[in-house]
Amino acid sequence: MSKKVFEGIKILDFGWAIAGPLTLKYLADYGAMVICIESFQRPDLLRTATPYKDEVPGVDHAGYFAYFAANKYSISLNLNKPDGLNIVKKLVTWADIVADSHRPGVMERWKLGYDDLVKIKPDIIMIRNSNQGLTGPAATQPGLGNHIIGLTGIVNLVGYPGQEPISLMVAYSDYLVPHFAAAALIGALDYRRKTGKGQLLDISQFEVGLQLLAPTLLNYSVNGLEEKLKGNSCDYAAPHGVFRCKGDDRWCTISVFDDLEWQAFCNAIGKPDWSKEPEYSNLRGRKENEARLNKLIEQWTLQHEAEEVMKLLQKAGVAAGVVQNAKDLYNDIQLKERECFWVADHKELGEFSHLGQPSRLSKTTAKFYRAAPCLGEHTEYVCRELLGMSQEEYDEYLVEGIFE
Amino acid sequence: MEMGKRLLNSNRVLDLTDERGFLCGKILADLGADVIKIEKPGGDKARSLGPFYHEEPSPEKSLYWFAYNMNKRGITLNIESKEGRKILIELASTADFIIESFAPGYLDDLGLSYLKLSRTNPRIIMTSITPFGQTGPYKNYKASDIEVMAMGGLMYITGDPEQPPLRISLPQAFLLASAHGAAASMVAHFYRETSGEGQHVDVSAQECVLWEIANAIPLWELNQNILKRAGSYMAGRWTGTKQRLLWKCKNGYVLFYILGGAFGVKTNRAIVKWMEEENIAPEYLKNFNWDAFDMATQTQEMQDQIETHISKLFSMFTKEELYNGALKRGIMLCPVNTSKDIFENVQLKDRGFWMDINHPELLSTSITYPGAFAKLSETPVNIRCRAPLIGEHNLEIYQGELGLSSSKLNDLLHAGII
Repeated sequence: MSKKVFEGIKILDFGWAIAGPLTLKYLADYGAMVICIESFQRPDLLRTATPYKDEVPGVDHAGYFAYFAANKYSISLNLNKPDGLNIVKKLVTWADIVADSHRPGVMERWKLGYDDLVKIKPDIIMIRNSNQGLTGPAATQPGLGNHIIGLTGIVNLVGYPGQEPISLMVAYSDYLVPHFAAAALIGALDYRRKTGKGQLLDISQFEVGLQLLAPTLLNYSVNGLEEKLKGNSCDYAAPHGVFRCKGDDRWCTISVFDDLEWQAFCNAIGKPDWSKEPEYSNLRGRKENEARLNKLIEQWTLQHEAEEVMKLLQKAGVAAGVVQNAKDLYNDIQLKERECFWVADHKELGEFSHLGQPSRLSKTTAKFYRAAPCLGEHTEYVCRELLGMSQEEYDEYLVEGIFE
Repeated sequence: MEMGKRLLNSNRVLDLTDERGFLCGKILADLGADVIKIEKPGGDKARSLGPFYHEEPSPEKSLYWFAYNMNKRGITLNIESKEGRKILIELASTADFIIESFAPGYLDDLGLSYLKLSRTNPRIIMTSITPFGQTGPYKNYKASDIEVMAMGGLMYITGDPEQPPLRISLPQAFLLASAHGAAASMVAHFYRETSGEGQHVDVSAQECVLWEIANAIPLWELNQNILKRAGSYMAGRWTGTKQRLLWKCKNGYVLFYILGGAFGVKTNRAIVKWMEEENIAPEYLKNFNWDAFDMATQTQEMQDQIETHISKLFSMFTKEELYNGALKRGIMLCPVNTSKDIFENVQLKDRGFWMDINHPELLSTSITYPGAFAKLSETPVNIRCRAPLIGEHNLEIYQGELGLSSSKLNDLLHAGII
């Protein structure tokens, strides 16, 4: 049986939306107890977006939230009431880590900034995920990852040559931050275990996002060069791109990096003559005649299903992959075999696929322990069991509206 | 070694990766580890990846190499030779992590599997980064960045609906996998520090790309709705409608979108107020009840109408003017920055983000790099030095640390082993 790496580690998560909560997903999936501090007054953004079960809106009907929230607990607390804050402060003494991804200033307003927390618990680790960091002139600008991908400039790397850039639909850097943030957070947890010292981690999504663009930034800092839109082409490979296949909006990628792969490709698709044609026989020729070559290849791919193209070329040792949509991914035999999705019963959603972790650890792999929480599902448990509140006290708070 | 507290203080990493795994070791190095990049004699193939310093292709001038191998030491070693394998096993007995990105099975065939190495060093963590992982029907599939971006689902939702799906032109799939690999290695590290046991970490790049596709999977599972690329629009977030994300302004582009609910109210009001100041606010927007504005009941027609007026406002200003206005007014809007803009960005400057790193061999002797990925109050991210030259630390490590004699070293050199 696989062991829990973070057994006994206790985390309060004030985070919302993506970057913050996904950082804590690392801890929850490896056995830490992560309690999301939520409120019916202001539900998480992901609880207010589609998809909803049966297309009926509701905070516990939202698949977007639940998909990323396996293994977590949720309590609902109104932090704008003094008693709500008092409960939170008790929880801080219980916690090893406090996490937050609000706009800098919000936690301070509740007197829950790092300086405040240290007074309550001197060895606390606090991790704060924000758009642009805790300091600096733009620190308090509101926004989401969908805006930060403009700051990092990654949008300039998406588009068809000669056209306008195209925005990524997803908040790319939001889903990237958790990897970097978790690496540092787990290190800080280990450091605290060894030295007894907590600390503050200040994570700027903008700065993390730039890590994945470092070569293009160096190209400017050294050569003064900006990137151009390249579509799907690659300086080192041809053919390299997506090719339309049989069916509605079906595509397969093909990428050929050297002449041996090119020969294998030509043989695999039954056009051995192509590999002898001088204009295509080496990479330089294929790059020079790329547009014509792509058209030729597409005449072939159009006659086949994307899956067929992939299988045939992979068999010949040529890289090719179906451009998978959500339905394809849901049924992907590779993802199934690796149990990428944790399919389990969710109170409101029924049988539901929760996202797992993208790697397997041979001795302590991540596991599904509990379905994503409904909003406030564990309020009573946390108050009564963890904080030892009496039933009377709990009921009083309930009447007072502390748990709304 | 420099002073200062680090998260990975006395930890050594052997980095056997190609460009699919460079970033993983770089992150561990930034956290303080002693990362030794192991290249084949003559240098890693990835040194031929551009862009290049002063656009001069040369294995010692690859900016790609610089970017993701900084902070590491470097040695050359042919692990396919018998003698080379022996040296690697010896090095592995001094190491805490090994990172590799070979095809599944390659290291097993060389007798360098996790199981084999863990026999001499039970504390070792081996992190393997591959397109699809070490198991499953696709484990031996060949895949470069574009295949993984396609198979992981990001391409299908990126691009114009009337044109082919798009990838991000700077390869990202293995950077995502490497960043995840670093975090997963830290999970294994935490366990090792309490239990004394290392383990094998098997990273699937496909699954890392899958993390990026937002709500696409539940959208299919719950609503049988296949999220499709929508150009510069957001789709699949509120019933049936799409929202513009990328907007043209006087000298470039900005990112902005209309959000409902409590979260969107302040921005929406501030935008209308800005329109009023410019005398371009239509009557219906002046009196718009943003508190009652609900994306779930919003029609596309209404959405498009509002967006037409907003685009008029944006077209009157440069992206700098729009961003400064947004900062002042608390509006959720960001410019689409060029590299130049990023280097001039005041926020990054104020936070001391950039790092000048010495390159004594190069004409300019120093290069400005993106800095730390996080600010830690007790154990700062530690950026020390440029990427290694080919075999730069051979003497230091083989002679100084493994204690090989100079004649032995000479033999290894001539036999093409180092």
